[in-house]
Amino acid sequence: MTEAATGRPLLDASGVAKRFGAVAALKDASLTVAAGEIVALMGANGAGKSTFVKILTGALRPDAGHIHLDGQDRRFASPAQARRSGIMPVYQEPSLIPDLDVADNLRLVDVPVEPFRHWVNELGIADLRLDDPIAHLPLATLRILDLALTLAKEPKVLMLDEMTAALPTDLVERVLTVIRAQADAGRSVIYISHRFAEIARVCDRASVLRDGVTVGDFVIEPGIEEKIVELMLGGIPTRVEATGARIRDAAGAAETPRLQVRGLGAGSKLADVSFDLNKGEVLGVVALEGQGQDELFSVLAGFRRARSGTIEVDGKPASFGHPADAIARGLTLVPGDRKDALLMLRSVRENIALPQLAHPSKWGAIPMRREAARVADAVARLQIDMRAQAEVRRLSGGNQQKVTIGRWVAAGVETLLLFDPTRGIDVRTKHQIYPLLRELAAQGASILFYTSELDEVALACDRAIVIFGGRVVDVIDASQASEQNLMRAAYGLTEAGRQSSTMTEAQP
Amino acid sequence: MATPVETISPLQYAARIIRENPVIPLILLLCALVGLLEGLQPGIFNERWVGNTIRFAIPLAMLAACQTLTMLTGGIDLSAGVVATVSAFVVATLTPLVGGPAAIVLALVPAVLMGLVNGFGVGICRVHPLIMTLGTGLIGTGCLQVYQRYVINTGSEIPGFFEFLGTGRTFGMPNALYLFVPFAILILWGLRRTGFGRLLYALGANENATRLSGVRSWQVLMALYTVVGLIAGITGLLYVGIIRAPSLSLANSLMLPSVAAAVIGGTSIFGGRGSYSGTIVGALILTVLGTLLTLLQIPEGARRLLFGAIILAVTAVYVRITDQS
Repeated sequence: MTEAATGRPLLDASGVAKRFGAVAALKDASLTVAAGEIVALMGANGAGKSTFVKILTGALRPDAGHIHLDGQDRRFASPAQARRSGIMPVYQEPSLIPDLDVADNLRLVDVPVEPFRHWVNELGIADLRLDDPIAHLPLATLRILDLALTLAKEPKVLMLDEMTAALPTDLVERVLTVIRAQADAGRSVIYISHRFAEIARVCDRASVLRDGVTVGDFVIEPGIEEKIVELMLGGIPTRVEATGARIRDAAGAAETPRLQVRGLGAGSKLADVSFDLNKGEVLGVVALEGQGQDELFSVLAGFRRARSGTIEVDGKPASFGHPADAIARGLTLVPGDRKDALLMLRSVRENIALPQLAHPSKWGAIPMRREAARVADAVARLQIDMRAQAEVRRLSGGNQQKVTIGRWVAAGVETLLLFDPTRGIDVRTKHQIYPLLRELAAQGASILFYTSELDEVALACDRAIVIFGGRVVDVIDASQASEQNLMRAAYGLTEAGRQSSTMTEAQP
Repeated sequence: MATPVETISPLQYAARIIRENPVIPLILLLCALVGLLEGLQPGIFNERWVGNTIRFAIPLAMLAACQTLTMLTGGIDLSAGVVATVSAFVVATLTPLVGGPAAIVLALVPAVLMGLVNGFGVGICRVHPLIMTLGTGLIGTGCLQVYQRYVINTGSEIPGFFEFLGTGRTFGMPNALYLFVPFAILILWGLRRTGFGRLLYALGANENATRLSGVRSWQVLMALYTVVGLIAGITGLLYVGIIRAPSLSLANSLMLPSVAAAVIGGTSIFGGRGSYSGTIVGALILTVLGTLLTLLQIPEGARRLLFGAIILAVTAVYVRITDQS
């Protein structure tokens, strides 16, 4: 406990634990919020933040631990019950029903119109009409409406999940002012955010989660950022293993890059990303959740169109309307979710051979021997466990991921786009995948490797670009890619990052 | 690494064999039904009866091929019955005018055309196959009625070739097998050993994954529904050879049984799983079941009721056996 918890604690959660099967998502999380206080809840990807939030708001039941509200021990059976007790969340995804207009949405959740109007005005949206259909309103407005709706219900504890993401600067200002005023009026606010600048402005304290355990509770003061970053990482000294890093020397830099991306923008999150991916290089991509990396990979793999910018493959301009176009230029994707990539009911062989049959000229008789040889080669290179080969769904997660990678290995890799390929798979498989990436790169393949686990950059990459707010804020050499450096850059704490965050917010 | 020793009871062992060869329980069911029939009316199981059963099961199995192929992608073809009827009616009315071979070609044109329209709607406009094929089916029926007004006086004749296939016998077996055996082999081989067949399974299993692998699904669906239209058309030609009396609702009575045959045969309506061998056995089961219910001299209402109930029961049990995850 810190001295900062001045008033009586309004919400006091302690020893909260939650397991999902064999995975302990939360081990010992705690959080105290006094009346009139704004507390930031922080943690790296996978630290257990969202599980903790779900438990506090009644969406999940904890296996252990206590939640006291106003001094009473509470166990919420549902989000509705938590709301009735006064804990009200505003999530990243707008909760309004798109097909109804504003007034109908208010009626649906039983919110009186007058206080709602008051808050909408207060939050800086002057021209809202109650008969506007939700589907016609921009995302930023919807988030403001969500907040106004929640404020109108007079919460005791307001929980804001990345409230300022997707908001333009003037609205961010308004929101922060209103939140501060709420706290000053005696309410409690839990503020979940990746943005240090905002946390420093409005929050009183920060509570840090790491691997499901609350590891620190700080009063916000100048210079606290470094300490928090260190704590989120575990405070272990920097461990750069140069095993993976085999940087190509100057000879490589002179030739045309395999992939040249300039000023790429897409959707509302990817603003302006430029980088070169050379032949034989593994280029890491580091970013917090939702900084535009999903859009970047979708565009490169041909799943969506770019809004702006250019892509050049081997020096020739490229534009993809369908993944088939990207594949034709050698860009192949291993997506973040294996369920998106695999035919779960079909065999390992069919899954690996699938890209070979895509073009209508290959729809005839399958050359079975050649296919078998090709599949066997991929299986051997990736050491896929074939005991349950008849249906891919019976394979372990790690083996399934090997199949998705093996599909492109069998097809002959030119440029591999890996989106967090090691998420949720076992350590042994991970350490089979890193050397494979190095081997593919040594044979001339180019690999773009987004990872949410920072230590993988040093293990598998040559360089890494860091994306924050839809822009590249840093390029870090593998030799410098300590988790601290990466984390600092990912949180926009470098010079470029600070500029980028102001630029992002300045967008309309 | 030590592999855990698996102890398997005989029951589990049997269940595994069945799961790996899902046609086995269907064949057993077919044998049981035939046995029951023989018990109820001794002596019925002879060459003539077998020949007749096969003769009537063949058009059903061919129309059910349309359902199996489309169901593998998660679709369905409700227009197949109408397409067959249209082809049958056109061939019977045009043969007296232009002769057999030309009439056959002309009769298959509307079949392919309807298939193309289905493929366009499902593959390019992304209309749900159920709605799309229901719509084209109704439109086809309407067009057929208009067409009938113009040919009312021409009379009808069935091309000799299909009369031979539909009514003739060789060594007691129906000549329709000359058409069906190569057809079945082609479908079975096509589904297992061609890129197109694999893509049907892949589309039904996970469309997103096929897209990621560079498959343009509209191409596959367009080709699929066109081929299926052609199959339905050929089925109609054969069926009119068997029935020998064209009408405006000739093959419509085969429509729902063709869906049932595919489902009983183990094809998942959600796509990605199934085989044509199962569908063939499914068509035989339905035909034998029909004879059985007729033989019991149950009133029509009760017969349909039983038919529906048995289909549901068989499908439910079958899914239980094969889908143990």
